[in-house]
Amino acid sequence: MTRRAIALPDPTTDMFETHVPEPKVRVRRAADIVTPPRAEKPLPAPSDWTFELIDQYHTVIRQTAQRFGLDTYPNQLEIITAEQMMDAYASVGMPVNYRHWSYGKEFIATEKNYRRGHMGLAYEIVINSNPCISYLMEENTMAMQALVIAHAAYGHNSFFKGNYLFKMWTDASSIIDYLVYAKNYVAECEERYGLDAVEETLDSCHALMNHGVDRYRRPSKLSLAQEQARREDREAYAQRQINDMWRTLPKKQRGKEAEESQVRRFPEEPQENLLYFIEKNAPLLEPWQREIVRIVRKVAQYFYPQRQTQVMNEGWATFWHHNLLNTMYDDGHLTDGVMIEWLKSHTNVVYQPPVGHRAYSGINPYALGFAMYTDIKRICQKPTDEDRQWFPEIAGADWLETIDHAMRNFKDESFVGQYLSPNLMREFRLFSIVDDEKESELEVSAIHDETGYRRVREALSHQYDLGSREPNIQVYSVNTRGDRSLVLRHTQHNDRPLHDTAQEVLKHVARLWGFGVHLESVDNAGTVTKRWSVPAPSHP
Amino acid sequence: MLQQIIDRRLAGKNKSIGNRERFLRRHKDQIREAVKRAVDGRGIRDIAQGEDIHIPKRDITEPVFGHGQGGKREMVHPGNQEYVRGDRIERPRGGGGGGGGGQASDSGEGDDDFVFHLSKEEFMQVFFDDLALPNLARTTLAETPEFKTHRAGFSSDGTPNNLHVVRSMRGAIGRRIALGGDSRKELRRLEEHLETLKQHPDTPAHQHEIKALEEEIEALRARLGRIPYLDPIDLKYRSRVRVPVPTAKAVMFCLMDVSGSMDESRKDLAKRFFILLYLFLTRHYEKIDIVFIRHHTQAQEVDEENFFHSTETGGTVVSSALVLMEEIARARYPTSEWNIYGAQASDGDNWHHDSGRCRELLANNILPLCRYFAYVQVAEEEQNLWDEYSTLSADAKAFAIRKVTEASQIYPVFRELFKKEGATT
Repeated sequence: MTRRAIALPDPTTDMFETHVPEPKVRVRRAADIVTPPRAEKPLPAPSDWTFELIDQYHTVIRQTAQRFGLDTYPNQLEIITAEQMMDAYASVGMPVNYRHWSYGKEFIATEKNYRRGHMGLAYEIVINSNPCISYLMEENTMAMQALVIAHAAYGHNSFFKGNYLFKMWTDASSIIDYLVYAKNYVAECEERYGLDAVEETLDSCHALMNHGVDRYRRPSKLSLAQEQARREDREAYAQRQINDMWRTLPKKQRGKEAEESQVRRFPEEPQENLLYFIEKNAPLLEPWQREIVRIVRKVAQYFYPQRQTQVMNEGWATFWHHNLLNTMYDDGHLTDGVMIEWLKSHTNVVYQPPVGHRAYSGINPYALGFAMYTDIKRICQKPTDEDRQWFPEIAGADWLETIDHAMRNFKDESFVGQYLSPNLMREFRLFSIVDDEKESELEVSAIHDETGYRRVREALSHQYDLGSREPNIQVYSVNTRGDRSLVLRHTQHNDRPLHDTAQEVLKHVARLWGFGVHLESVDNAGTVTKRWSVPAPSHP
Repeated sequence: MLQQIIDRRLAGKNKSIGNRERFLRRHKDQIREAVKRAVDGRGIRDIAQGEDIHIPKRDITEPVFGHGQGGKREMVHPGNQEYVRGDRIERPRGGGGGGGGGQASDSGEGDDDFVFHLSKEEFMQVFFDDLALPNLARTTLAETPEFKTHRAGFSSDGTPNNLHVVRSMRGAIGRRIALGGDSRKELRRLEEHLETLKQHPDTPAHQHEIKALEEEIEALRARLGRIPYLDPIDLKYRSRVRVPVPTAKAVMFCLMDVSGSMDESRKDLAKRFFILLYLFLTRHYEKIDIVFIRHHTQAQEVDEENFFHSTETGGTVVSSALVLMEEIARARYPTSEWNIYGAQASDGDNWHHDSGRCRELLANNILPLCRYFAYVQVAEEEQNLWDEYSTLSADAKAFAIRKVTEASQIYPVFRELFKKEGATT
């Protein structure tokens, strides 16, 4: 390729950018990267930011990101104050959300910690939407804003656009619209049916939020307009279906067929999505309550990929801000002062306190993710014999292509399972401990040595499996002919019991279901080891 | 390019306020309880402050299905120091096992309270929830000395700072045109005439006439010149008028016994009661007069500071305070304009011949003036004043008596006395 590198401050590309969505052929291989000539002078580096400065930095960051072929949604940077940041924090990071007391609680807790200085606010919040909204906090210095732009607007943004889970489960272009719709709908319900009724319904839905996602079935995408247009149809139809199911008058045809239908289970197969099952089948819910169940379910589904890709997502964003800003420094755009400032934050973010340390609270996803991407790059560029043996496909391969592939096609569980290298396990000094109730002591099952690598990697991979982190609870059966009670079944994993809060959660289930609810905990052998029951709530 | 950066800072904070309201609403009972406890324990000066509210964590956790202790699990940790495979470690007590595992914090078992700060406004809101002054009849409130000034056009007199320059100059121009109109018309006519005459200046008759005309023109010009450029009558001022504003006016008489028999704890009780009353009133009414009267054998009107924070000793003649209250009410607060309220606190100890007089004073002179009169006794024993008052309270509707012997009772009694009609406590 002999194309001349674009001189850096080039306003024309910006002017046309909005019209040309895919500007050039995206760089996919590290070998294709074209390094521009060194900048004549670095970008100004006062500590206070201005809109012009942010614009200048953003331009350079964007060009640098394009050079590496980062594929992103269009960016929208928004300057907000610390309080607005806390507002956003409190409503699960979304710029708009329906009202609920738990967000108020969250806000109070965040504010308290922030005021007392226990906690710095996150530097950034980024929303998986199209355009991708990144919040820049007013208090940040210019260097920090640059870090945030590189991290959020290019790191996270490209992850949102590229990772298969996000592609499959979330619809970036409609989420904000949907939340606006949800907020208005909930507010309307509050007005019509009273704060208490709405609050109760939302509380119950939130209790089941983690069990309100489809893990395997892809949901259909709907635009806001369609959503609203369909709602009424849906309400009417759903009610009709439910009425049908609960028909008390026996059907006309007698004999074998009727008997057969009597013994037929309902649901025919266990259902993993409790909220979906309730939305579609709970006999006594009002149409508006079904819609609220649906809203909570949709929001849960939207966040489901984020919960499964924490290490990958944060690692990716951290890797890229590190890479982009360093490249900009090499190109002569950044001053030493700016570098020192963001590197200091970077170092804090990727610090991994060892076990037993006061600050230790599990593995830091930023640290692990950043280290893994960096390690993959190293394996591609300077593989050791060990790497060649463990990763024959990627040792010596094109690094850009390799990490791009890794980002797109994995989630935390499989990412760790695939790419955690012995080198990294030694670096983190990872070891695994087995905690078995039946033993009086804990046992170190594997450490970072030749015999332990696979075991440690497997254990860590497993640790990121949402399926094992959250108890497996499914709708087992409904007593359609008797008291209409609902039976949920918990299938134990490694004999791990349910937490005592199960009883409380069951009350919420009963509130939504309208009749009695039972929960059975089943061990590996298939015997029920524990039962919880909640009687039918009294009907008003 | 700049359009990609959006300044949201002015878009308004406190988007969460609705969520906070819902949170407070949900925990209203606990908050009310906490407020009550806080008031009981507080010094007088500190009552009107915010408060840290503690809510047990278990009351605000949102339950979800989760794993409990037990079973078998394997956790990976970083930072191995000395362990090798097969090492056995004593199980750490408490916590989530596995060397303080990361999931321990998720269990929500901690018994710590969730603490948050209720702002002063929110505190007072909860504090005086559902309370109102009884029998406040706004309609009976006639003329008030409360004025509001607002503009009412222009006037020809006023202070220089209200001078309206444009109006004044416009007036001046008009006046100059009006005053000089005839003279100018005459002047023009004479000048034209003079002009025609000057074309034939030879005739002596003309000569003479020209001279006369010129003199006349001169005189006219002088007269026009004497019209003042700006005359005092031109000056216009912005006019502001004072308009009486009708407001509901109320006066509260606070009567407190400060005699020797009122020991510190009793005085404290009485003061607390009045502090509540005072805060309650100042919160509800912008315009409210409060008269503080304290008495031993003699009554005296004092200011707020002295009322709450100075001590006296001596005997007790309760009626002195009532007499003073009546005097003040008659002199300064005519019932046609004011809602009059009375609150009295005493230990019930009174010079024994005086109590009967108190009852008569109240029944005959004071209650007819008042919308409501509350008596709070800060001692348990029922002395003659209590007896006399009880007979009165039985048939007077606007009169209530209560006993308070502990700080914790003040708030309930206060609520009871001032609860809104129909509201539950």
